[in-house]
Amino acid sequence: MLAAVLSCYLLALLQPIFHPFDRRRVGWLIGLLPMILTLQFWGLSEEVGLNPLVESYAWVPFLGLEASFLLDGLSATLALMVLGIGAGVMVYSGGYLEDHPDLDRFFSYMLVFMGSMLGLVLAGNLLLIYVFWELTSFSSFLLIGFHHERPGARGAAQRALVVTVTGGLMLLAGLILIGQAAGTYELVEILAHPEVIANSPYFEAILVLVALGCFTKSAQVPFHFWLPGAMAAPTPVSAYLHSATMVNAGIYLLARLHPLLGGSDLWFYLLGVTGLASMLIGAVTALMQEDLKLVLAYSSISVLGVLVMLLGIGTEMALKAMLVLLVGHGLYKSALFLVAGIVDHVMGTREVRRLQGLSKIMPITALAAGLAAFSNAGIPPMFGFVGKELLYEAGLAHSGWYYVILPVSMLSSMFLFATAWLVGVHPFWSQGPKHPKTLGEPPLSMWLGPTVFALAGLFFGIFPGHLTQRLLEPAVQAVFAQPVQVELELWHGLTPTLFFSILTVVGGFLFFLGRDRLQLRSFALRPLAQLSPLRLYHSSLEGLQRMATIETRFLQNGYLRFYLIVIFGSVALLQLVGWAYSGWVFPLEWEAPDLAELAALALIFGGTLAALKVRSFLRGIFSVGVVGLGVVLFFALHSAPDLAMTQVLVETLSLVLVVLMLTKLPHYLKRSSRWVYLRDGAVSILFGASISLGLLLSPAFEGARVSLWHKALALSAGHGGNIVNVILVDFRALDTLGEISVLAAAGIGVYSLFNLKRGRTP
Amino acid sequence: MNLNLLKTGAKLLLPIFVVMALWLLLRGHNAPGGGFIAALVFITGYGLYLFAYGVEASRRILPFDPRSLIGVGLLTALFSAAWPVVWRQPFFQGMWWSWDLPGWGPLMLGTPVLFDLGVFLVVSGALMIILTSFEESRWNS
Repeated sequence: MLAAVLSCYLLALLQPIFHPFDRRRVGWLIGLLPMILTLQFWGLSEEVGLNPLVESYAWVPFLGLEASFLLDGLSATLALMVLGIGAGVMVYSGGYLEDHPDLDRFFSYMLVFMGSMLGLVLAGNLLLIYVFWELTSFSSFLLIGFHHERPGARGAAQRALVVTVTGGLMLLAGLILIGQAAGTYELVEILAHPEVIANSPYFEAILVLVALGCFTKSAQVPFHFWLPGAMAAPTPVSAYLHSATMVNAGIYLLARLHPLLGGSDLWFYLLGVTGLASMLIGAVTALMQEDLKLVLAYSSISVLGVLVMLLGIGTEMALKAMLVLLVGHGLYKSALFLVAGIVDHVMGTREVRRLQGLSKIMPITALAAGLAAFSNAGIPPMFGFVGKELLYEAGLAHSGWYYVILPVSMLSSMFLFATAWLVGVHPFWSQGPKHPKTLGEPPLSMWLGPTVFALAGLFFGIFPGHLTQRLLEPAVQAVFAQPVQVELELWHGLTPTLFFSILTVVGGFLFFLGRDRLQLRSFALRPLAQLSPLRLYHSSLEGLQRMATIETRFLQNGYLRFYLIVIFGSVALLQLVGWAYSGWVFPLEWEAPDLAELAALALIFGGTLAALKVRSFLRGIFSVGVVGLGVVLFFALHSAPDLAMTQVLVETLSLVLVVLMLTKLPHYLKRSSRWVYLRDGAVSILFGASISLGLLLSPAFEGARVSLWHKALALSAGHGGNIVNVILVDFRALDTLGEISVLAAAGIGVYSLFNLKRGRTP
Repeated sequence: MNLNLLKTGAKLLLPIFVVMALWLLLRGHNAPGGGFIAALVFITGYGLYLFAYGVEASRRILPFDPRSLIGVGLLTALFSAAWPVVWRQPFFQGMWWSWDLPGWGPLMLGTPVLFDLGVFLVVSGALMIILTSFEESRWNS
């Protein structure tokens, strides 16, 4: 499983190599990877119902972070969705973005996303889940902002990132609390003892934090506003990330942790209310939109709301409905998005009002759209119909709240029916003007994916047995944490649910016909927009920026002298606070300096005095250099040859640099006033005194000395006689890596500053 | 100003500085030295040459682009950190190999030595770029 995840990242890295290939074929080539992986996981999934596959590698053992993977029914179902839909979308993207100059970059991001999403659903360690979770947010950010030259796309990308990462942090807190309570981050071990979490004092906090994280990711009200903005991404991205996979991540995690967190009242009300609100608001808003992609985005919010609500109910029936709808939605929604992309590609518009009679020019696409829309609308014999029947059954079976759940489910289903009709049926089979002959079916790469997804929806609707045996039953078992029987049928006989379904179709059709009137009515609600979460997001972001501006003006005002005063002043103040905290202890014993030390001291003092006196830059630098050499003497006397050497070299180099810059610097002028001199002098003396004090005090503090540890291990573990170097390249190599990265960035920065100034491209 | 002295001195000193830098780099793990110090020594020599001969000439004596040093160095350091992961060791775990060279004794090399080389390359590259940029701007203004 690790290999599967890594192969996606590897292919992402290899994208530049694909550049010279024929652009039209690249999509097929890249689509091969998810196709192969789909087959592989389909093979693996046969046995997982009985004994889940577990795979584990050490990663950061002392943090409890293991690269462990878990393949059971739930993860297999999600992984197959990620890979199967991924294959179709990759092939499609090759055709859709054929002429885009940055196709390599696009595929690179898509593959990173695919690997992360696959890792997320397969991960068997809570911390690993979080790592992949953030990676999906990050790749989604890059993909939404793919057209980075458009300000709208950049803003939408930022919004999606801010919302999902904020949620991600809450999730992290929740996951850490679970880990604290359970004593491990391994999913298998935690799920084996759900009572540990249930009895933990943090139970409520865990539940709320995890749920909030999942709500942001799955675009639940009131965090839903990033999803419509995410439609700024190229259409294949919307089809893949923002309908079929990434937004399901929240659902997946809630389902995964359902055995731990489900069943409590808090869980039921939190998820139930959020889900109901999302499904209704999403469905109604969807019908009001004019852009095909926005209609689809809001209807996704609605369906995700249904899934959240079903998880909240948490009965066997509800969980069955949840999984069927999850798979069904992934198939039909990605198909509809891809169809919307085709329409946009061929007709140059996505305005629903301007699209009519398209079945004449693209019959295959029309077929795919129609089938997917039927599934979305919940019309037999599509898979979506099976899901909707189950939804109604689950609502009806709920003893306490069926009189809320059922009507709201039906109302939003009616709206979903109307939107499905609006997107998938109306543009294709309505009477319209004749289209020019030049317009026609898109290339195979583009219609293949949506057609396969739509046909899969039909196939699973008629023969649901194939899917239930292998995937859905084990998946429901994993969520429900008990053995269950899943048998899906199209025809249930003359049951109440059938009656509700017929009612939904009739009501949905009426809503579709009355769409214009509904839209007019909705104008009356305009003032409510002032209270929308999007508004809140914008105003809080503006406030943040205003605060940052004020802060920057104060702290980063561009005067080097001011920076130094702030830094030195704070260090001195902190030292003083620390000293006060220790009770003003004062070291009484020190050794008298010997002759060599006295000489070094004389050098330092002399250099300092000279630096104060001289009136030219060159002499000033020389005098400071003398101070440095005095320090070198100290290092050398106290057996620190490395430091001495470094100090000499740094002094030399800074002299060289100053000489290089000498012609650029202004003449040494006496510009400071008397008051400034006094202030600088006071800060310098305070800083110097506090540092000296700190050094004098440091031996007085008892405790574990890291230096002794270094000394003991340098030769035996680090294989080096030079402790300083062993620390730099082995014990604290990560710090060194950070430092050289900073140095590299500084070098590049200086280089580009100098070259930009001259208007040259570096 | 008579540049001949500086020019001759720089020409003579540069190879000495280079050799000394390499020596410091290689001995660094057991005796005073190491990648950072070696880079500073190398840069001192190179800076002197840059001073005496100017940007174009000093660029010509390099068989490589100083800009690429940064990338190569960072990759070297990262590689030394990632290599143990391939062998199922933690990231940055030092791995050592030892050979018995006839007539010289045991030679031990490990990933920290490689990391030190990366440090040397990055520091050299960054400082070279900074010095060259300064020097160039001096002549162009």
